[in-house]
Amino acid sequence: MTKTTLIDTTARAGDLAIDARAVNSKEARALYQKREQIYPKLAQGFFRNLKWAAMVVLLGIYYITPWLRWDRGEGRVDQAVLVDFEGRRFYFFFLELWPQEVYYITGLLILASFAIFLSSALFGRVWCGYACPQTVWTDLYIYVERAIEGDRNARMRLDKAPMSLSKAGKKVSKHLIWILIAAATGGAWVFYFGDAPTLFRNIFTGQADPTVYLFIGILTFTTYALAGTMREQVCTYMCPWPRIQAAMIDKDALSVTYRADRGEPRGAHKKGDTWEGRGDCIDCRQCVAVCPQGIDIRDGDQLECINCALCIDACDEVMEKVGRPKGLIAYDSYANLERRQQGKGARYKLIRPRTILYGALMTIVAALMIYGLATRHTLSLNVIRDRSPPFVRLADGSIRNDYALKLINMTDQPRRVQISVAGLDGARLLAPALNAEGNVVVDANADAVTNVRIHVVAPPGVSTGSHDLSFTIRDSATGEVATSESAFLAGGAP
Amino acid sequence: MADRERDAVSGTETTGHEWDGVKELDTPLPRWWLYIFYACILAAIIYWVLMPAWPIGNGYTKGVLGFSDRNNVAADVSNLRSARAPMYERLAAASTAEIAADPALQEFARAAGESVFGDYCRTCHGAGGAGAPGYPVLADDVWIWGGSLADIEHTLRVGIRSGHPEARNSMMPAFGRDGLLTPQQVGDVTEHVISISAARTRLDPNGASAARGATIYQEQCAACHGPSGAGDRTLGAPSLNDDLWLYGGSRTEIRRQIELGRGGVMPAWESRFDAGTLRALAYYVHEMGGGEPDAIPVPATTETIAPEPAQNGQATAPLN
Repeated sequence: MTKTTLIDTTARAGDLAIDARAVNSKEARALYQKREQIYPKLAQGFFRNLKWAAMVVLLGIYYITPWLRWDRGEGRVDQAVLVDFEGRRFYFFFLELWPQEVYYITGLLILASFAIFLSSALFGRVWCGYACPQTVWTDLYIYVERAIEGDRNARMRLDKAPMSLSKAGKKVSKHLIWILIAAATGGAWVFYFGDAPTLFRNIFTGQADPTVYLFIGILTFTTYALAGTMREQVCTYMCPWPRIQAAMIDKDALSVTYRADRGEPRGAHKKGDTWEGRGDCIDCRQCVAVCPQGIDIRDGDQLECINCALCIDACDEVMEKVGRPKGLIAYDSYANLERRQQGKGARYKLIRPRTILYGALMTIVAALMIYGLATRHTLSLNVIRDRSPPFVRLADGSIRNDYALKLINMTDQPRRVQISVAGLDGARLLAPALNAEGNVVVDANADAVTNVRIHVVAPPGVSTGSHDLSFTIRDSATGEVATSESAFLAGGAP
Repeated sequence: MADRERDAVSGTETTGHEWDGVKELDTPLPRWWLYIFYACILAAIIYWVLMPAWPIGNGYTKGVLGFSDRNNVAADVSNLRSARAPMYERLAAASTAEIAADPALQEFARAAGESVFGDYCRTCHGAGGAGAPGYPVLADDVWIWGGSLADIEHTLRVGIRSGHPEARNSMMPAFGRDGLLTPQQVGDVTEHVISISAARTRLDPNGASAARGATIYQEQCAACHGPSGAGDRTLGAPSLNDDLWLYGGSRTEIRRQIELGRGGVMPAWESRFDAGTLRALAYYVHEMGGGEPDAIPVPATTETIAPEPAQNGQATAPLN
């Protein structure tokens, strides 16, 4: 295994060049070769600040959400966002979904995929660059690493240096902080599945369920491993998205692009030399030094690139110092690269059939979901006919069928409902609480499924075979109605 | 191992094995795989120490944790028993009205009853009490010995022709087999029984034969089944007026029953189940659909249920 001697050249006055290799580019990677550590240099500029802001907002959402409270009334769950597996409910602020309403989650997932398609069609891999948990946590881990061990060159020197007390101290404190962050990540995750304040107390008093500790452990391990040690390998080898994104991006999608038409031919440039007959790229390799993925953006768009735009910041800084216009590396499209080569001006087409289609699909899905939520039924009925015995012959010659009714009341209040049957002449209900009209009146418990066993009797002489029978429940107070179809079976002579 | 041969193309060492000029490369295992492999070996050794692992003669290494699936199951079962015990006690002490007013008790009785029914009763009486020829339907509203909760519980407790000292006994004579009636007379009684039952509309009894049978009926059958065939629960004599037949409702089966006087045996469950389980089972059967309201409230404690004298004697006449 060869390793380039790494010399810190930035210290030389007036020389912007840095000896950085794109260790994760396709050519540099061999199948059985051990991974080469990447030491990303701190970039400074607009996109770095944007990424800091995205990190703060996203981590803030992740850590704070389970602690938000939402008043649902006395004795009810007061966590704003909660996946309650035991109680089989999903709480999301004003919403409380039951397992059979999982299609709202499906809708949300469809919406999320269209959102990622749309963002890819507009700005390439913005998800990868700014919002993906892998990117956010890796960025956070590199921030810690940089704070303890210093920037790129200091870290490289430290890793080459023989073990010393100071090196050991730095390494140990870095890994300790990483593990703490990892534990906090796993710790916050479990709060989405249980009452956060209670769980928080139980975790520290050792009273939480073993599965809680197991999941904290698993997520601590994965966070530490993925963000601390695996980093770009996750994007390069494990993640399917870099492969899928090729289908999402077209010629007009913006992505982080090295404008080769302007940059080439590249070469070192001394102060005072002419810019005639050469490109603007001074081959300082700053774009490679800041890259967390260990690639050279000047090789063109590549699978390993997560479009984090840190190379734009690095290059802009250099361009400013050498007195050339910024934007040698910038968000740009393939179409514009081609147009420039043909001597035409750049043209940005954000509104195209593809983006209109994605936008329209998102609008339709969102509208359907809003419609569904607005007209959501809070009362429903399931009827299960007893199959053994299929029917019961009574002493007076009438025939009885038995049914298990499930009254689903999705509101906070118990509701008095009236059960009635229709569709079979002369059929009557048999149950303890018949009212004057021969209907059954029962209480459907709040926020629960109430089971009621109902007997239906058809008069003697009901014809042999299966008859359609429909059950209706009606909320006496609101008039809300739910219906369920079933059958009535009658047999022949004994 | 410095002298191992290297493949010129890939630069990888070979194993030294060669088949027909093809040499095998000694490609290193992927690291992640190797580490997991080592971890598995380590985990296996730790497992041997902690858990039951190796067979030795008639026994096995017990492991230092003392883990045993058998003990765990036994502990689970006994925990479950003690957790359920209070509900069974409440159930055994509850009256019908108390059960009706307590949904939690009902739910418990229903679940416990269904479970016991499935294990012990379903074989004969069918799932959901569907019944079978000779084994009464429990889901209907026809009860030979009474359909109140107390009646059902008593039947469960002492059984039918079970040999229990208080068992519910009834014995229909085998009129044909034992030569009490001639085949002609059996046929006439059959026609009469059909003519007083709801089956007359579908079986069309022979009027002359039925009229002859009526006389025999009044002599031989009316003592138990009643002059009009209404039956008598105190004697365990079924009603003959409906169209529900324990051994089948065809003309042949009705006649065969008069000839043979068949009667099944139901075990007495008193010695098998505790009071709570019996009450749960009775509640479950009562709730199948044909349960009757209580004539006499179920006593608060099941121990005080007095055997009804009328149900004891098969040969003796009822006291009232």
